[in-house]
Amino acid sequence: MTEREERRFAEVPRESIKLMAESAGVELSEEVAALLAEDVCYRLREATQNSSQFMRHAKRRKLSVEDFNRALRWSNTETVCGYGAQDSLPFRPLKEGELFFVEDREINLVELALATNIPKGCAETMVRVHVSYLDGKGNLEPQGTGKRYIYPGSEHPKVPTSVQSLSDDLLKYYQQITRAILGEDPHLMKVALLDLQYNSKIAALLPYFVYVISGVKSVSHDLDQLNRLLHMVKSLVQNPYLYLGSYVRSLVSSVMYCILEPLAASINPLNDHWTLRDYAALLLSHIFWTHGDLVSGLYHQILLSLQKVLSDPVRPLCSHYGAVVGLHALGWKAVERVLYPHLPAYWANLQAVLDDYSVSNAQVKADGHKVYGAILVAVERLLKMKAHSLSMAAEGGSATLEGSVTGAGGFRESSPGLSPPPEPISEPPLGIASHLQAGGAGCQWEEWTPVSLPAMYCELYSFFGDSLAVRFSTDPPLGGIPPAAPCQSLDNRKEPASGAANLESTRKMPQLTASMNISPRQDGSPRTEQPPSLAATAPGRSFARSSSVSRSRSSSSRAGRSSSQSRDIFPKARFPPPQAGLPAFSFIIGGRQMGRRCQGRRFQTSFIPTPPVTSLPPRVYAHKLPVIGRVSKPVRRWTSSHYSLHLPL
Amino acid sequence: MAAVQDGTIELDTEKETKPEILSDGSVKLAGNTGSGALSSLPPAGGGAPKMEDQQTLIAVLQFLKRNKLTESVDILRREAGLSDDQEDSQGTDAGGGGLGAGGKGDGDGVDAKSLLNRVSIASAAAPQSAPLPAKSGEDQPDVSVVLSAYTQQGDPSLYKVYYSDLKKFIESVLDCHRAELSQLFYPLFVHMYLELVYNNHETEAKAFFEKFSGDQECYYEDDLRVLCGLTKKEHMKGNEALLDFRTSRFVLRISRDSYQLLKRHLQERQNNQIWNIIQEHLYIDIFDGMPRSKGQIDSMSGSLGGEAKREVNKVKVYYGLLKEPEIEVPLDDEDDEAENEEGKPKKKKAKKDSMGSKSKKQDPNAPQQNRIPLPELKDSDKLDKIMYMKESTKRIRLSPDNLPSVCFYTFLNAYQGLTAVDFTDDSSLLAGGFADSTVRVWSVTPKKLRKVKSAADLNLIDKESDDVLERIMDEKTASESKILHGHSGPVYGVSFSSDRNYLLSSSEDGTVRLWSLQTFTCLVGYKGHNYPVWDTQFSPFGYYFVSGGHDRVARLWATDHYQPLRIFAGHLADVTCTRFHPNANYVATGSTDRTVRLWDVLNGNCVRIFTGHKGPIHSLAFSPNGKFLASGATDGRVLLWDIGHGLMVGELKGHTDTIYALRFSRDGEILASGSMDNTVRLWDAIKAFDDIEMDDFTAATGHIHLPDNSQELLLGTYHSKSTPVAHLHFTRRNLLLAAGAYNSQ
Repeated sequence: MTEREERRFAEVPRESIKLMAESAGVELSEEVAALLAEDVCYRLREATQNSSQFMRHAKRRKLSVEDFNRALRWSNTETVCGYGAQDSLPFRPLKEGELFFVEDREINLVELALATNIPKGCAETMVRVHVSYLDGKGNLEPQGTGKRYIYPGSEHPKVPTSVQSLSDDLLKYYQQITRAILGEDPHLMKVALLDLQYNSKIAALLPYFVYVISGVKSVSHDLDQLNRLLHMVKSLVQNPYLYLGSYVRSLVSSVMYCILEPLAASINPLNDHWTLRDYAALLLSHIFWTHGDLVSGLYHQILLSLQKVLSDPVRPLCSHYGAVVGLHALGWKAVERVLYPHLPAYWANLQAVLDDYSVSNAQVKADGHKVYGAILVAVERLLKMKAHSLSMAAEGGSATLEGSVTGAGGFRESSPGLSPPPEPISEPPLGIASHLQAGGAGCQWEEWTPVSLPAMYCELYSFFGDSLAVRFSTDPPLGGIPPAAPCQSLDNRKEPASGAANLESTRKMPQLTASMNISPRQDGSPRTEQPPSLAATAPGRSFARSSSVSRSRSSSSRAGRSSSQSRDIFPKARFPPPQAGLPAFSFIIGGRQMGRRCQGRRFQTSFIPTPPVTSLPPRVYAHKLPVIGRVSKPVRRWTSSHYSLHLPL
Repeated sequence: MAAVQDGTIELDTEKETKPEILSDGSVKLAGNTGSGALSSLPPAGGGAPKMEDQQTLIAVLQFLKRNKLTESVDILRREAGLSDDQEDSQGTDAGGGGLGAGGKGDGDGVDAKSLLNRVSIASAAAPQSAPLPAKSGEDQPDVSVVLSAYTQQGDPSLYKVYYSDLKKFIESVLDCHRAELSQLFYPLFVHMYLELVYNNHETEAKAFFEKFSGDQECYYEDDLRVLCGLTKKEHMKGNEALLDFRTSRFVLRISRDSYQLLKRHLQERQNNQIWNIIQEHLYIDIFDGMPRSKGQIDSMSGSLGGEAKREVNKVKVYYGLLKEPEIEVPLDDEDDEAENEEGKPKKKKAKKDSMGSKSKKQDPNAPQQNRIPLPELKDSDKLDKIMYMKESTKRIRLSPDNLPSVCFYTFLNAYQGLTAVDFTDDSSLLAGGFADSTVRVWSVTPKKLRKVKSAADLNLIDKESDDVLERIMDEKTASESKILHGHSGPVYGVSFSSDRNYLLSSSEDGTVRLWSLQTFTCLVGYKGHNYPVWDTQFSPFGYYFVSGGHDRVARLWATDHYQPLRIFAGHLADVTCTRFHPNANYVATGSTDRTVRLWDVLNGNCVRIFTGHKGPIHSLAFSPNGKFLASGATDGRVLLWDIGHGLMVGELKGHTDTIYALRFSRDGEILASGSMDNTVRLWDAIKAFDDIEMDDFTAATGHIHLPDNSQELLLGTYHSKSTPVAHLHFTRRNLLLAAGAYNSQ
């Protein structure tokens, strides 16, 4: 009010008054027009001021024509008709003169009346209720802003503010996206998935998508649909703007369903449900590593359910397979903790299946081979990682490293028992999800007593025989940083062979294999988006990093002891530097290589094993071993490709 | 011509002897000297008083006599050289003419106080020989003649000089006085401007406005906007708010010291014009003690009529709650029901005991139970009370650490415009008033709304059956919502009766309608407000209701009377919101004149005036214990008032737009406010009321110093996406319900 400009108001010039009078057929003198003009201005202002109270009481911010008309009516003045439309009136200038006018188009009433498209009436007024803020602890962001909002230490599952009414746009988006993803057009699906991954405004739709995904149970006969739903999970999980909150649990259960359940699709052996399980396992680990902290105890629960499946002999082999790959995807610690203790018991069952050569058992046997392969890969990585960690502890357990590790342990804010165990070797301390991941020694499973590496190896070797030993003893990283280029070249060299093998073994070929020359973590869990993948592309780097996160708990003395023991046991153990020039023998466990990412596992790898050790002590389980585990039979079968052994698991 | 020098000395001695009220008046006298023909001041000594002056003196003498101030009489008589005869004869003359102050004083001794004031002015002025006849005439009911006589005095071109002179003076005084005296600016400005306009000095008025409107406090912006358009005498006729401004007196509270300062200044400068206005249009409430600070003044000022007079808020208000009717037996039943759960019965018993003791002890501040006759409790009411008690045992104790959950009822597709919302007390029904003249009622529970069967069908049912109440309902009409047609203008207020049988709605068409929620038809249309009715509310016990509208009055009705029982008049502008006190003995109204008034239902008197808002008040809420009142206005502030003391006790800043909804939680711990800025905010009410240090001085003077602790009191801000909050309601278990229409723009 202090500014003079603010007090300016519109004035009706006397010329206008005169014009209007003329149009009404009245001649006005100059003075009369001036007086009238002034009075008109005042009355207009008065009416405007009066109309504002109607606006205020209607709880609006916008003064409407209706308000003004009411003010006019109450001051006994004729109302102005024809301006009640809700939409704004275009106010235009005329180029020629300084004239502004409201555009008033002519409307063809006939056209309007005879129009066939009858305009829809507006929807019925209704009331909708939603809990906006539970216990006063709602999302403090305005609803639907889609900002990611994480409560680090909060125990309350958040009721998403988005339960609020969906706007029409969102509803449309939801329909389009689900239709595209579940529809036939692969291109459309790709676009939809991509959008789902980067759209920042779909927070409100999250519950709906989660609900759609939970529909996996109803489409267990359709591998394609399952795959699509899993892709949807992946997109949601990767969306940086979404806060999954307690929905993680629901997503995990859907994914677990795909991993573990004997899907209806698995009845037909022609269906490649193995790939689906692999992909789901990969997804599980992804969810777990990026969002595992949202639900406390999630890791434990997953492990428990996997363990349950594994220990249940009634379950079909494909379920067991799922459990194994799931464990494998969760990291070598999970394998060590769950799979390894279960192995002796489980082995007997598997043995029985594999030993049955009857025709009726052919299919089951093939499945058994799958499981066998999966277990093999898992334990191999377990051994490798374990050995690696021990060697790390032995070599670089300096004080500074210890310090850094404990620092990493202290960084974890959640309780160690519930948090996922670390994969110190392969987990870089940096990276997109590093803060979510377990790190450091604080996460040891207390009640679990680690088995020493030699003992473990011993036992595993008794199961797997030479196929295991071969892999283990020739691991390149043990002696330091393996040059990446030779491995690549080796890979390349062996690629055609394996590809051919893949081609000829459509279904019966094992899915699993291990690649020993790339980062150990990578070999088992080919998560493409994960930091380990970085490590995979640059093994040297991963190695360098992993050293800083080496396990602190394994004291140097123990490591030293165990290493010396292992030296005793394995003459060709990995601890001494590898024999240079030895890798003349390459070992490929055929992997199915499908799509570039996620479709199949990229295991197709080559090994550089040393010749099998012959001087090993007699093995307890050796006589039980089926031929496939032995070197003898495969070697016989694959004599022609002696150096590129394709193990028909 | 002029009084003797001694006269002023005399005045001083007089002052000492006079009672308090008189000395109040004596302060005012000084300026009188300046008015009219009298101009030479300070008065030169020795001149013989004129006839006119003599009359005045006589009047004074008479007054002094009447008050048995014989000593003063003697002195005055000696000084003035008047004889007893002279005095008597003149006195009767004066009295007969209705001009002499003394005569007038004799004439009507009814309005003692104000008259005393007047008379004291006259008497004290006498020694200085002010032209009293005209002055005292102002007291007459027919003001207009005198008024116009006054307004025609003075040179219009000098107004600017007068005003800027005063401005210069006020700016030069000590800081402690400046704030107080600055209060004068606005009323003086308005009155001078209006005088200029009234006397057809249009150009001068415009120039005056240009020059000084910028000096006014920003919270008068709206008024100035109205004023600035007003440049003709004819314009003033239609503008009722301005007419009120002219005829009512703008109340200022000024400390004695500041007032003395002003008086002295005006005396020296002979600033008649200003003095006249002060005398005529302002009511200066003088208090003893420290001058108030700028902050204190700002917190209280802002209303159209100035601050409230202190004595207005001194009336005793029975703000306590009525005794709860004792309903014993069913409670025990309830105990039996809940017995199966361990621990619970015990708790409940304790609760019941406390309730019982509370109801036995009569609150000293509570009104008589039958002060206002209230309807008898029906059986259904008793049942409802039992339900209420049951629910309240399950009530969540709210605290700053335990905030309520918020449920938002969003009106979708409300293109016609949602204007009013109300919930029933048990939160089972929701009513919305719309700008398209309809009222819609929704059931927010799974129970659908059903009409009673038609008369023909009702004849068929078995009236003896136990479920007769169920049988009379027509299943075919069951639906989630019902539309009530009847108004012919936007519905600005809706209110459910406590028994959920009736619904009130007030509309722009000037009527209040009573609807039956059994038949969903209109029962009565109450016509009385001839202008839009902005708000209406049922009394907490039903039967009575209050409405307020554009006609600037609030009316109290009973549902069975077609005419209002009380008319609460006094607001200077529209009554925008009306609320019943929990004990139904009082009604609070908020107005566009930026004041909140509390009215006694029994006698229709205004018992409290609360000033301090800077914008029209759109929401009111009583605390459940009846002690406090919260009000929210377009300025986005919530003010808290102590009803018993008549004081402002808190200011809650945070909202950025009009506050349309206010509600205390069931136990009064939390105040929720909903605003057009799409937020609901929760405030710590207990802390707000506890933090006030209330010593005797503040209680007596009403000069509260408000701590600026809005941020500490703010417990939470909850945003809706694009839904202005139109209504708030705490369920019986302290769940907060908010309602509003989604605004797609």
